[in-house]
Amino acid sequence: MSGHVDSHGHGGHDQHHDDHGHGHEHHDDGIGHSTFKGYMIGFVLAVILTAIPFWLVMSGGFQKPATTSIVVLAFAAVQIVVHMIYFLHMNTKSEGGWNMLALIFTMVLVLITLSGSIWVMYHMDHNMMPSMMMREMQNLP
Amino acid sequence: MSDTHAIHLSGQPGHPEELSFHVTGDHHPANSTLLGFWLYLMSDCLIFACLFAVYGVLGRNYADGPTGAQVFELPVVALNTSLLLLSSITYGFSVLEMQRDRVRGTLIWLAITGLLGAGFIFLELREFAHLIAEHNGPQRSAFLSSFFTLVGTHGLHVTFGIIWLITLMVQVGQKGLIHENKRRLMCLSMFWHFLDVVWVGVFSFVYLMGVQP
Repeated sequence: MSGHVDSHGHGGHDQHHDDHGHGHEHHDDGIGHSTFKGYMIGFVLAVILTAIPFWLVMSGGFQKPATTSIVVLAFAAVQIVVHMIYFLHMNTKSEGGWNMLALIFTMVLVLITLSGSIWVMYHMDHNMMPSMMMREMQNLP
Repeated sequence: MSDTHAIHLSGQPGHPEELSFHVTGDHHPANSTLLGFWLYLMSDCLIFACLFAVYGVLGRNYADGPTGAQVFELPVVALNTSLLLLSSITYGFSVLEMQRDRVRGTLIWLAITGLLGAGFIFLELREFAHLIAEHNGPQRSAFLSSFFTLVGTHGLHVTFGIIWLITLMVQVGQKGLIHENKRRLMCLSMFWHFLDVVWVGVFSFVYLMGVQP
């Protein structure tokens, strides 16, 4: 387990943690590795990635609304990744990779839910238009 | 704690120097609480995914009511977004103070985070009250129903986050930064940052895309 290797490595200089008696339940997995620099990088990136889409939409956006929407969504996707890395401290090693596995599984389900719902319902709206229903009725014998 | 049991079985109670915390063959994850909480957040993520899907399907069904461009006030949303983003970084500062075992600093940054969160909730409730006063409540159209459900669920999460934050401030004030309180603070940290991630989806998908014609 990678956690044990970590605790050996940090056991020396984490003197004030030793009196808790939690040598192997060390704080490095989730409680110990936030840094000021990490938070600031994440914050500055998040501010930039928030300000650009707001400015884009409030100043009128592109000529085609669809282009503006795609750009806004792209910025949101990048910002979510930034939040995941710098604020939620996601990486492939924490909890022996179980965090990342759960996240990937959830992302797959979220993608299926979102794209599936929108896709199916769009086509249902399209195929259930009143005019089309009328035509079907007329074709009946 | 389950670790303690493992220790007493393998080591000899009464001889602290012989206690071994590296029990061989112990496959107990080092921070199972944080992993469990992460799994809860992922299930919460699915709730929000369903609500986003509902909004994606119904968001343009106005039923002759107002459109997104008519009811959304982007400057207020921008202010709201800044409040929540600022509260994320102040919670980060609180975690940094917690790592240095400074009770006072932790509590001060927690209080600032709570105030920013309260400001967010205040602005959101004002927006809702404004909409309902103009007869644009959730019953007006499918668009407004899905809007109120999605944004309201997020607001409810932030409200409970603030209640949790106040509870933790009392606990840290009484017991100090013991290991249990640190663990709780890390859980709330994940919860709080997760709500900010959901809000990124809300302001992009609901507000910024909603005002497009």
